[in-house]
This record gives sequence, C-alpha cells and structure tokens, in this order.
Amino acid sequence: MPKLAEQIKDTAKKLLAEQKVDLVVGFTEGSLPLRGTPFFARTPEEAEKLTWNLGCENNLANYLRKKTGKVAVVAKGCDVRAIVALVKENQINRDDLYIIGVPCSGMIDRKKAAALLDSQEILAIEENGDTVVIKGTNNSATAKVTDLMHSSCRDCSYGNPVIYDELVGELLPEKEAADFAEIEAFEAKTAAERRAFMNSEFSKCIRCYACRNACPMCYCEECFVDCNQPEWIGKSAYNTEDNILFQVVRVFHCAGRCVDCGACERACPMGINLRMLTRKLVKDVKELYNAEAGVNIEDKPALATFTADDPEAFLLKE
Amino acid sequence: MIISKKDIPGFLDKLISEYQVFAPVQEGSYTLFKPISSGADAVLTADNTKLPAKEIFFPQSEKLFSYNVTEAGAKLETAIDDQKKVIFGVRPCDARSLVLLDNVFNNDKFQDPYYLTKRANTIMVGIGCNTPTSTCFCTSVKGGPFDTKGLDLLLVDTGDAYVVEVLSDKGKALAEQAGFVAASDADKASAAKVKKEAKVTCQVNTDGLKDKLDVNFYYPIWDKIHEKCLGCGACTYLCPTCHCFDIVDDALDCDGCRVRNWDSCAFPIFTLHGSGHNPRTSNKERYRNRIMHKFKYFVDNFGEIACVGCGRCIKNCPVNLDIRVVLEDVRGSEARLDS
Ligand code: SF4
Ligand code: SF4
Ligand code: SF4
Ligand code: SF4
Ligand code: SF4
Repeated sequence: MPKLAEQIKDTAKKLLAEQKVDLVVGFTEGSLPLRGTPFFARTPEEAEKLTWNLGCENNLANYLRKKTGKVAVVAKGCDVRAIVALVKENQINRDDLYIIGVPCSGMIDRKKAAALLDSQEILAIEENGDTVVIKGTNNSATAKVTDLMHSSCRDCSYGNPVIYDELVGELLPEKEAADFAEIEAFEAKTAAERRAFMNSEFSKCIRCYACRNACPMCYCEECFVDCNQPEWIGKSAYNTEDNILFQVVRVFHCAGRCVDCGACERACPMGINLRMLTRKLVKDVKELYNAEAGVNIEDKPALATFTADDPEAFLLKE
Repeated sequence: MIISKKDIPGFLDKLISEYQVFAPVQEGSYTLFKPISSGADAVLTADNTKLPAKEIFFPQSEKLFSYNVTEAGAKLETAIDDQKKVIFGVRPCDARSLVLLDNVFNNDKFQDPYYLTKRANTIMVGIGCNTPTSTCFCTSVKGGPFDTKGLDLLLVDTGDAYVVEVLSDKGKALAEQAGFVAASDADKASAAKVKKEAKVTCQVNTDGLKDKLDVNFYYPIWDKIHEKCLGCGACTYLCPTCHCFDIVDDALDCDGCRVRNWDSCAFPIFTLHGSGHNPRTSNKERYRNRIMHKFKYFVDNFGEIACVGCGRCIKNCPVNLDIRVVLEDVRGSEARLDS
C-alpha cells in the first residue's frame, strides 16, 4: 500500500506538472483511523498529499460528473465500472478523463473491525500485509484483511479496472464471480418474511438520502423524492412504507446501471442492509439480460438496447 | 446520593409506572433512545446514542394537528404530547444541546407549544462520560463530560454504583421519591476521582473563528471546503443542535394531518422558492451555511455556538468531511474585508 501511494503521487504530480490535466481526484489521509478521504489536487504540491490505503472506500466516479476541463481520477475497480456506466450515459466525456487505474482486492469495513473490539472505539488500524492490527483504548485484535472486507468487495470480481489510461501497481489474479447465495436465500423466504425484513430495515431509515447521494449512478437533477408537484412520495420518515418506497424506487431506477460498488450501504449512517435490494437487481439483470453494468465500454446498457432475437415474442415477432 | 448499578432496572421499572421513560437501547451495532417497558432494556455504553436526544422533543416527523373536512365544515384536532417523561442516561452534550434549542423554540417572537410542553414535563437524568471518545470535543465548546447544563440529575459511574448529583428541584423530588441513599465520603471521593480522570483528548480551537466568519462570506476558501461534500442529510439529521424543519400536509381526500419534518440546509431544495429561484444554488453555499449558522448566525442571535462537540457528524459523514478540520481551515484562512 505505501508503495502504491508513492506511485499514485508520482503519476499525479507528473500529470499536473506537464499540464496534461487540471485536476487529480484521489484520496488523502482522513481524520479517522484507516480512513481515506476524497481529495482534489490541482498542483504538484497538492498531489504530494495523495495516498492509498485500505480505507479508500468512496466511489470517486461521483465527483467526475460535474467537473469541467481535463481531469484525472485515481480509480479502483468499482470506480472504473461506474465511470464506464456514466460514459455510456453521456455523463462523463471519456476524452477529458484520464484514468489512473488501481487494482483493488477490497476495502476494510470498519464496522467489522469494531466488532472485534466488542464494539469499542477503534483508535488505530495498522496495515501489515495480509493482516491488520486494530487497536482500541485498552484492547487490540489482529485479523485477516479478507475477513474484514466490505461485503461488496468480497463479492467483487472486477478489482482490476476494466479500462484505464495508466495502471498503478500489478494486476491481480482473476477472481471468480461470486454466487448470489444471500439473495437466493432471501428469494426463498415467504412474502411475509421478506416483508418483515423490509419493515425492520426501513423502520431505521431517517431519509437523509446519504445512500442516494453517495451512489455514482443517482444523479437526477431532481430526484423523485424531492419533487412536490406532483408529490410522488410522502416526505415524513415515521411512515416506514414511504421509506421502503423511496429505496425500492431508487433501486429500480438503478436497474441495469448499478455497478454493485456498495457505496450506498457504506454511506448509510443507520446501518441499513441496502445491498440485499441492489444486488437482487444485479442478479435479475444478469439472469434476464446476461448483462452487468460497467464491465466493458462497448456494450449498450442492458435497459437501453434490444435485439431482434429477443425471446419475448411480443417485442418484435408477432 | 448513590444508587447501586444492580438497582437501576428496578428503579426504572418503578418510574415506568408513572412516567414515559426513554433510555438508550441496543439496536444492532448502535444505541438509540426509545421508550422502554422494562428497566432491564436500558444500556449505558461508552459511546453516545446514534441519534441525539433532541428527537424526543423535536421528532423527525411530528404531527401538529389532524383535520377532516365534511359538508358540515372542517374539524381540527391538535394533539400536544403532555405525558410526563424521564430521559434516562442522556450525555451532557445532548442535554446542553436542548438548552441551546430552547433559544429557538422559546423566544420573544415564538413559543413552540409542542416542544415546550415536552420540555416542561420531562425530567433529565444524565450520565457523565468516564471515557470520552476520540471524536468528542465538548470541552472546546463550553461543555464537558460531566457538565450539568440542562440536567436535573447527573449520574457518575464509580464502578458498582452511580453517585447521583442533584441539580434541580425536579431532580431532588425524583431522587427522594426513588429513595436514593446518601453517598459516603468514600463514594464522593471516588466520584471526584472519576471526574478528574476522564479526559477529552480532542481540542478544537475556536479563538478568532467568529471574527473570520464575520468577514469571509465571499472568501475563496468556501470554493474548496465543500468540494467532497455529497450534500446529504447525515450530519444535520444526526446533529443534536440542528433544528431546521419543513411543514407538509399528509392528506388523503378530506382527511389529513399537518406534519413537521426535519429538514437540512445540505439539501438542494432547502431554500428553493416557490418561484423556482434558489438563493443557494450549489453545494458551496449550502455547506457554507452549515458552518455559518453554527458558528456565526447562532452566536449573533443567541450568544452561543450551536455545536456541543458530540462528534456525531465526524463519525457519520460518508466522506469524512470533518468539522474539526473545516474549522481549523477557516480559522487559519486569511480574512478579507470584501463583500
Ligand atoms: S442512507 Fe440509510 S438512513 Fe439515509 S436515506 Fe438512505 S437508507 Fe435511509
Ligand atoms: S458533510 Fe458529510 S454528512 Fe454532511 S452533507 Fe456533506 S457528505 Fe453529507
Ligand atoms: S456540529 Fe457535529 S459535533 Fe457539533 S453538535 Fe452537531 S453533530 Fe455534534
Ligand atoms: S441551517 Fe443547517 S446547520 Fe443550521 S440548524 Fe438548519 S440544518 Fe442545521
Ligand atoms: S462530547 Fe463530551 S459529553 Fe458528549 S459524549 Fe463525548 S465526552 Fe460525553
């Protein structure tokens, strides 16, 4: 990791010094243990502050939509998938973007780390190759990085960026696509059980919209929840039904576009299991259209294309 | 006075028969204030609750009144919650936040009956913080881990028991009713020791901050500070002193109710006018407002900083936009008298 950080710095400094780009979007050390925080470097001096660690969990594609000029981005596998999806939706101009690809084997979920300290506060996390040492006020624990990963990282088989202009670090061995065991188990439940899951998760929702705002694919100028003429959805959070409606519609709006980066779930302050919904749609899109969002730059997005061979007769053949 | 820890569930059970009792309860990996039906449900962990105690007095969504329109006319029904309440286990920062919110809900111009009735009917039983977390900075904003503002009783954890400090007549009556026994000199000494040893390690320097904010509204620093902010509601909704709300009608045909919902200055529609004009066009203006309101406007209006240093916004921001860092950046920035 320290080596990757150095390479990222060097690449960014060079791009800025040679005026190939006006801005490099990456991560710098955050203020909490093992927390990379988004950072915007506009000069080689600022680029000195860039870093890379196991806490660089945000999806930086989110910051690329509104930027003008030539921009470089430090992008791990899921960031690149989102970039690809956004390029296809004409939200990012590929020609103005320089992708510094970083192969990624997963980011650490601090909640899982905290659980090892009996939910006590984490004061420091030290990276040590395949393991990390987590330190609390008066206790500490050692754990394998793979055991602490975000669930989205565990299931990700696109840690190697699918496109890039320059690669930093070594490509990782290909990982097999994860199964959908958790989703299948959920599908196998009765309607009442699924309903109970939704009620218990979304009674916690405070409608802060951190999930929506952290999602690289949620970029509508006016989100349906914010619209009040007509009012599509109740604004009050005491109504779990409306909380569910918000999330279900959000997830449907991302069908065939969600890159399964887990940014929404990570952003949720209330710890709501959002990936159960987003990944259900990822599974459906894979099964119904044999498509995955953002895995190559050529294919049309699943819901923006059709084929004359479509097995659904009503489409073309009558 | 003193109460042994093992007597706490029994003490709460007795209160429950007479009051609506709120206490932190475990909800997965965090705690939340909930009305409890058994004293055993209350958990006092080292960390503060996920949502602040303000939600008891100023809930996220509060029905102000309900209405029903028929041919005979319109009927309005107001329901003001006047149940007697005890908030058990509130941290000093959250208690102080309510003292700050009192300025907003009870001033020369406005008296909010919903909030004030609940405040008047509630007894606040606080718990001091023996082990402040690394993001707590209450001592930098006129609070402290054993601060007593806004409290009727304060419990100090001495290991097997809580030494009880009586802070008001309401608190005194409750303590007498509960039959707390007098604390021995040794107990008092160990409480004093605990208080002395509890250390808030994080300091935020606010010297000169207001002077900067008084003049730097147009300063370019605001172009950068907000850049990574996602414009979500996590920091404001979890903040014990944020108090913005929006009023909506939840109605179906002729039946409905008027509801007051939390709102956040981080949202793009926060200041959107009916005309379509929005004076805060981008995230820059919105994030600036959050800082300005807490550290300038509130000070101008009520003479206090509207932050109690609980650290919730620090722990919960999805992009680690840390208010401590922002304040340091603002303080360190060169102030310009341009406008
Ligand atoms: S981030 Fe979580 S709490 Fe906030 S709106 Fe989304 S699901 Fe609800
Ligand atoms: S500072 Fe963080 S929590 Fe607050 S609105 Fe911005 S992204 Fe959301
Ligand atoms: S601004 Fe942050 S630290 Fe201050 S009271 Fe609000 S949530 Fe707590
Ligand atoms: S204006 Fe913003 S910072 Fe101030 S109380 Fe409202 S939401 Fe909080
Ligand atoms: S900010 Fe101070 S009062 Fe609040 S929980 Fe931390 S130590 Fe306790």
